[in-house]
Amino acid sequence: MTGFDTRRPPERELLDDCVHCGFCLPTCPTYQLWGEEMDSPRGRIYLMDLAEKGEIPLDGPFTEHVDRCLGCMACVTACPSGVQYDRLLESVRPQIERNVEREQSDKLFRDAIFALFPYRNRLRLAALPGALYQKLRAIPAVARLAERLPGRFAAMESLLPPVSVREAFARLPVFTPAAGERRARVALLSGCVQDVFFHRVNEATVRVLAAEGCDVLVPREQGCCGALELHAGREHSALTRAKRDIAVFETLDVDHVVANVAGCGSSMKEYGHLLADDPEWADRAAAFSATVRDVHEVLADLGPRAERRPFRGRVAYHDACHLGHAQGVREQPRAVLRSIPELVLVDLPEAALCCGSAGIYNMVMPEAADELGARKAANVRSVEPDLVVTANPGCLLQIGKHLGRATPLLHPVQLLDASIRGVPVPRS
Amino acid sequence: MTSTTTPGPVVRTAFEQVLDPADVISDPVQCRAYECDGLTGYRVTPALVLLPRDAGQVAAAVRVCADLGVPFVARGAGTGLSGGALPVADGVVISLARLKRVLEVDPVDRRAVVEPGVTNLEITAAAAPYGLYYAPDPSSQQVCTIGGNVAENSGGAHCLKYGFTTNHVLSCEVVLADGSVVTLGADTGEQAGPDLRGVFLGSEGTLGITTKITVRLLRTPETVRTLLADFPSVAAAGDVVSDVVAAGIVPAAVEMMDTLAIEAAEEAVHAGYTLGVAAALVVELDGPAEECDVQFEQVKAICDKHGCTRLHIAASPEERAAIWRGRKAAFAAVGRISPDYFVQDGVVPRTRLAEVLDRIAAMGDAAGLRVANVFHAGDGNLHPLVLYSAAAGETERAEKLSGEIAELCVELGGSLSGEHGIGTDKACSMPKMFSEDDLAVMARVRAGFDPKGLCNPGKVLPTPRLCGERPGKYRPHPLEESGVIERL
Repeated sequence: MTGFDTRRPPERELLDDCVHCGFCLPTCPTYQLWGEEMDSPRGRIYLMDLAEKGEIPLDGPFTEHVDRCLGCMACVTACPSGVQYDRLLESVRPQIERNVEREQSDKLFRDAIFALFPYRNRLRLAALPGALYQKLRAIPAVARLAERLPGRFAAMESLLPPVSVREAFARLPVFTPAAGERRARVALLSGCVQDVFFHRVNEATVRVLAAEGCDVLVPREQGCCGALELHAGREHSALTRAKRDIAVFETLDVDHVVANVAGCGSSMKEYGHLLADDPEWADRAAAFSATVRDVHEVLADLGPRAERRPFRGRVAYHDACHLGHAQGVREQPRAVLRSIPELVLVDLPEAALCCGSAGIYNMVMPEAADELGARKAANVRSVEPDLVVTANPGCLLQIGKHLGRATPLLHPVQLLDASIRGVPVPRS
Repeated sequence: MTSTTTPGPVVRTAFEQVLDPADVISDPVQCRAYECDGLTGYRVTPALVLLPRDAGQVAAAVRVCADLGVPFVARGAGTGLSGGALPVADGVVISLARLKRVLEVDPVDRRAVVEPGVTNLEITAAAAPYGLYYAPDPSSQQVCTIGGNVAENSGGAHCLKYGFTTNHVLSCEVVLADGSVVTLGADTGEQAGPDLRGVFLGSEGTLGITTKITVRLLRTPETVRTLLADFPSVAAAGDVVSDVVAAGIVPAAVEMMDTLAIEAAEEAVHAGYTLGVAAALVVELDGPAEECDVQFEQVKAICDKHGCTRLHIAASPEERAAIWRGRKAAFAAVGRISPDYFVQDGVVPRTRLAEVLDRIAAMGDAAGLRVANVFHAGDGNLHPLVLYSAAAGETERAEKLSGEIAELCVELGGSLSGEHGIGTDKACSMPKMFSEDDLAVMARVRAGFDPKGLCNPGKVLPTPRLCGERPGKYRPHPLEESGVIERL
């Protein structure tokens, strides 16, 4: 008897695709850290297979090792047999959330995260004490107190982005017309964390898209895309959010729905699959997903039109896992960066390895995330860049935490925006 | 009641005294992740899995095994294709995955000292800044470990010109079955007295566990030229291989793939292989530019002479890498065109390549099964992949065909295994190739190293227990099916 319930258990054919060759091991962050078979993609699939056959229970080691997976999908890139680990994980995590009782403290911590992050207004409110706290943090006594926070809370504290109250409450214009002849009409997902803590990236995205000839629509009714919940197995609420955003965006007459966050784009492209067995939503979700593009895909497809001013310096591009591995978008961001004159683009050693951010991972698994973050920072330093760019707020915070402030960290569109407008490149 | 025995607390405690207790895995669910290597047909759950962090801990763990009479099996990345790292019930698996430091790269003497858990490709990566590399290149080189390469005496596409692992390992630090530590071989190369290093290389984990390996590094070739040639028949491609060698050319690699293998590889990596052709050859030459250029023209002429239908020359390092990615991912990629498959590893004299391939094709037709071929044509090392569907009840037929192919290789004057090892998979076929006297001598050598028989027991040499079971994918024991026993 299988240990999974009947709602989307991992499919037998997908489990059977794995031939146990092990090509995924070197690229798996947790196998790199611990060298344990159970914490490799091959080992996790092996355990999923046993659980599907009902030979092992879902609670205990099975949940522990699935929890430890960052969901970076580097294994999907590495697999020669075409194993869809992404689909397997996507079906197993909700099974665990539904069928495995978590320890009370773990449950409360996770609930707290999901009571805050997907909600823009709650994040805005949190930004107020956040900004105050960061001012107080400069006082040595407060800093000393902060150092004594227990593991997971210390991780949250250290990841808190520089909060600007002005930025947290700013809103994007609902409509921004294309500069010059219109080449496309797009809608932008403004996001939740992105819109509150990285509003400047959204502003840069709107300006760049408009400068490159896009009408940009930002509907106010949109909400969080559900990516954080989806990747953590909280399927029900993630799908509720998905439906709401589909309903908002499908009424707009646009060529593309654009995401500038790797994790959001990845999950919106999955809506079609996730809602495939929902008769009311299947077609609408599939149609929606077909229009979703990462901002770099749109810019690379259009080709550069607005004049760029040179950027003289070495720029390291970090592939966010949900952009490179999950969406296969690797060339387009590089092409976009290369469109800036004199910019020297450098690749990172171990580029396929996750930085440890991985959605809520660096909050729930701080030790592993810290090791990966330190390793990524060392790889960044080894190429001596003047600037690091990456297209995911989680990566920006995680790498920033481990790299320190000496090297500016930006979203690629911020750099492009500065180049097009001819203004100095921002520091963050 | 069950095939797994929970180790007595005494045994576990003994290991916990020499390793961090967290590095001693006893949870039955966790231990199950270690129950097979790259050959999933055989599965045995170990009693414990040990994850030592350095050579000292490996030696200490083996001493505990020797004291308590616990059998042990060493494991690297678990990519072996002959079941060499199959655990022993009631025994322990000693994983070398955490011994992964490159200890030294000496560019002047051109050698590197590494721990066994370092991957084959990581050695080359560490040597690359000095213009050096590690030559043997198993197709799984990005994941397989040097410790496993030593155990299996692994080959690879470029071993045609450069030799196998044994030609590139100068010395090994080895933990013997009683826990004592010795160094076999010497960093200076040749050594007086019996070549114990040579005995240890390829002993498939039955003589001890290596904890430190000194390998030879070579200079990265000045020039590399690679071509991909299509042929209307496997025989024509086989003739090209014979002619190239007869012309006195020693290519760095000559690899052949047939229609099915090409289809799988192309689907996996989109490397530009032609779909539908009967055979494709990958020929690579390396060395000084002038020599390469002259010989490359000769190879092209030989290809044309045998009716080559398309000849593609890699124009850039990226194109070359793509061709190799396709070839090296071919095994696993076959998973895309067939739900199940057996990999064989027979060797035939090069002159009989066309003949053996014709006979394999006829045997496949007779059995009603597809056989994909991807192999090191230059040294006659075949990797026929027998494709089947367990769900469609083809397992037994496929197993039989696979065994017959291996034995055909012996019949044609070849060998059961070129590079994957005998392991569990082919132990029962050893008497087809070796006389009783041969096997008795091997057993005595083994007993000399490991009198108690604790070191990877049941592998390489046939034992009655093993030969009573049919090889192949996991299937429940009859007692399991009838509900008398259960697997945990």
